[in-house]
Amino acid sequence: MSEAETATRPKETIRRLVQGDLASLRVLIGLALIWAIFQFENDRFLSAQNLTNLMLQIAATGLISIGVVYVLLLGEIDLSVGAVSGLAAAVMAVLNVKHGWNPYLAIAAAVAVGLGIGLLQGFLFSRFGIPSFVVTLAGLLAWQGALLQVLGSTGSINLTDSKITGLANTFYSDTIGWIFAAVVIGGYGAVLLLGHRRRVAAGLDSESPVRMGIRFAAVAVVTIVAVTVFNSDRGVPLAVLILLAFVVGMEYVVKRTGFGRHVFAVGGNSEAARRAGIRVNGVRVAVFGIAGTMAAIGGIMAASRLLAVNQNSGGNELLLLAIAGPVIAGTSLFGGRGSVWTALTGALVIGSISNGMDLLALSSAVKFMVTGGVLLLAVLVDAIARNQRSQTGRV
Amino acid sequence: MSNGAPLLELEGVSKRFGPVQALDRVDFAVHAGEVIGLVGDNGAGKSTMVKTIAGIHAADEGTIRFDGAEVSIAKPQDATALGIATVYQDLALCDNLDVVANLFLGREEVSPGVGTASRQLDEARMEHQTGELLSNLAVTIPSLRSEVGTLSGGQRQQVAVARSLLGEPKVVLLDEPTAALGVAQTAQVLNLIRRLRERELGVVVISHNLVDVFEVADRIFVLRLGKAAGEFAAESTTEEHVVSAITGVGSGERKKAGGTEPADPGTGEEGR
Repeated sequence: MSEAETATRPKETIRRLVQGDLASLRVLIGLALIWAIFQFENDRFLSAQNLTNLMLQIAATGLISIGVVYVLLLGEIDLSVGAVSGLAAAVMAVLNVKHGWNPYLAIAAAVAVGLGIGLLQGFLFSRFGIPSFVVTLAGLLAWQGALLQVLGSTGSINLTDSKITGLANTFYSDTIGWIFAAVVIGGYGAVLLLGHRRRVAAGLDSESPVRMGIRFAAVAVVTIVAVTVFNSDRGVPLAVLILLAFVVGMEYVVKRTGFGRHVFAVGGNSEAARRAGIRVNGVRVAVFGIAGTMAAIGGIMAASRLLAVNQNSGGNELLLLAIAGPVIAGTSLFGGRGSVWTALTGALVIGSISNGMDLLALSSAVKFMVTGGVLLLAVLVDAIARNQRSQTGRV
Repeated sequence: MSNGAPLLELEGVSKRFGPVQALDRVDFAVHAGEVIGLVGDNGAGKSTMVKTIAGIHAADEGTIRFDGAEVSIAKPQDATALGIATVYQDLALCDNLDVVANLFLGREEVSPGVGTASRQLDEARMEHQTGELLSNLAVTIPSLRSEVGTLSGGQRQQVAVARSLLGEPKVVLLDEPTAALGVAQTAQVLNLIRRLRERELGVVVISHNLVDVFEVADRIFVLRLGKAAGEFAAESTTEEHVVSAITGVGSGERKKAGGTEPADPGTGEEGR
């Protein structure tokens, strides 16, 4: 009897891992495995310098993926985010370099372009019922053309303004790094404690203190290790703080606000959402607006890191990686399930594979095939999870 | 219990769809604390009648009174504002959301204080209210935080009914609440319907299943080809009578005799 019980526990855990209830744990295990393999092959992989580089490499993709997560939660897709990121960066570069705009104004204009494009695509999709796949595919082509148009004959603009290049190239001193760590750890502790007190005040069961302690300790350890690693290289990068701030903020919106609840509802059952009085099309337009905005922000970050905008900005495999990341990390392609954290963890998985294979000096051919294989594997797991849920009566 | 004026009253209500007379001068009344079984064959007009009350179709003619006052129900919001809640057969739940989220969907509570500025959901309060409502209704669900998709059909039906009560309605319309449920789950749902009656709600249950209707209804209202075809006190009639009213087969006198019974609405209520 007790043997059977102990036998079902791991089985239950495996089932939950596969079905996606524990998707976050699944991706962390995968990440640990990837890191272990590359560290074994090349002991520079887990060096402070390489890990800092890795974080800088994923910042732009991660920012774009945040918007992609919102679109995926609706069960839709946005194929234009790569092109939009390039166009927004070009708008910023032209306004700042050629027209001498104030850098903040140029950035704001670029973000506004992304927002406007997203809202337009969302409107076309929801108002006329054109599949989002088609609307954003048309967008992909059109905005790529617009990028070439905006860049003009030179085809490339170098960024020199320190406010813009500073986004991806600023590192903070050790002391400031530790202050950030203290704020993160203290803030997380306060959120846990407040949530606990609120639930107790409402007469509800709350999580056991032991589990809360474990979660708090995990966040504290990760924060301290991360800051230690950054500090032993160049320091905590501004780009990482920007990425984290957007992940936390957008996760808050999607998980803790009425708007976020409506995003999940529309992605889960749009008819039920409509009958509950939710303005379904309004939610859709807003979500595509968010995707366009985050694409623009990611594009600005990418341009800052490259110190230039050129005809390739936002092109190549950026789009596919920005969509693949969250899916690999457990956000469902079928809508209604996922988290903004998958934008970060997914970008980390893809970034680690790409970074590690660069260290091993593997060819692009191998890199593409491996990344493709990982994406297929992740989507396969998502599809299997979905089938099993529908077999057990869950959709 | 069903003494006094009816809560909801239809008088001579008709509805046409092109050449089809879906409802033909139907008179119908629901009192507070009363469960009415609405039965009839396919195409008899049950759905049309419920949709007319719920505001999906406006009636072509006839009057609808609510709480004694004449009202016009032109759109679903009108019905909701009056205090008429409808639970459709497809339940309209989001399977990817938990019980609390489904109950409060579209009417989420926002936290007081700092949370208001950021539009933060007041999860604790919503969960507390959900727990209270469900325990009042004696609905047992493994966890309020379990996804609705993981629940059984009976539990999902109960969640859908509980959700309709959040707007504090006076009349609840249930469309085939026991369809496709097992024996135990059907019993749970019927118990829930009895509890709605205890809360002094007027309940209209559409069902194909006469056994369930007899189990829970005080009165049984039969529609046939868009017309009222009989009204029976559940305690003093038999399934046979009701079936013959539904099909229109059998002696006309018997049907008429059945039809006179609701003139004494107190019948069958004393025991409760």
